[in-house]
Amino acid sequence: MINKAFSFCCTCMLLLISLFANAQENQNQNTETGPVNELFRSNGKIYVIVGVLLIIFIGIVIFLIALDRKISKLEQREKN
Amino acid sequence: MGKHWWKALAVIILVYVIIAGFTIEIPIIGTNGQSSRGLFFHVPMWICMYTMFTISVVNSLLYLSKYDLRRDAYASAAASVGVFYGILGFATGTLWATYTWGGSFTRDPKQMLTAVALMIYMAYLVLRLSIPDIDKRARISAVFNIFAFALLIPLTYIIPRMVDSLHPGSATTPGFASSDTDNHMKWVLYPAFLGWTLLSVWIYTLLVRYKKLELKNIFK
Repeated sequence: MINKAFSFCCTCMLLLISLFANAQENQNQNTETGPVNELFRSNGKIYVIVGVLLIIFIGIVIFLIALDRKISKLEQREKN
Repeated sequence: MGKHWWKALAVIILVYVIIAGFTIEIPIIGTNGQSSRGLFFHVPMWICMYTMFTISVVNSLLYLSKYDLRRDAYASAAASVGVFYGILGFATGTLWATYTWGGSFTRDPKQMLTAVALMIYMAYLVLRLSIPDIDKRARISAVFNIFAFALLIPLTYIIPRMVDSLHPGSATTPGFASSDTDNHMKWVLYPAFLGWTLLSVWIYTLLVRYKKLELKNIFK
């Protein structure tokens, strides 16, 4: 049950990251202005930095979740 | 999932803090400029450190009352996470000071005394490494930890408030208080405290579980 919930969380986060990756792609192509494109170009491009930090933070969180699961597995093995 | 809701809460709060921390309106004052946003990331590091050191000293006291080695594992795990957050707080503060006070390591009492306090806690971690006997290590380091905590509060909180300093929260400079922090910033600052603290507790529980696995033969 817990494992399933965790995989769900991980998938959601990966999706979120790919969303940001898409946003960056749009910007590189330098084509027409979508809402995301405008957002990432507005206000001194501060949103780009917000995105960078979010990616790093979510990466760290995924690492922590993976560590949590690995320790849980070891604990289970110790019990059996 | 019921057991893990607070981890999800920490992540949601911190995602909010990162987005809002960079994008809300803040007052631009003096040499600070936009660097006041550091408040959302620098101060919570110290809150995490104090939380961890408090957990550590409470477990050391509990260890000394019952000599349960589990308590020693809790105390040492909390102290190492606390030192980790202390170093992060110190590094962020030093970087911030470079651009607002005109020097990385200034004559500022708060900065120096915090460095001393961190050194004392690093000494605690080194002291633990130096004693191979597990019971002796637990007792001596528990006593040391209580002295370290007794020094932490005057060094990092009381003395800096008594003398002049550029750091907010000294005798001449207003510190974080209800009267001198912009209301917009409080909407991010308080969640930031909660979110970062929850994250530090998560890291702490991971370390505790690792230590328990490592020492499973002793705890059985």
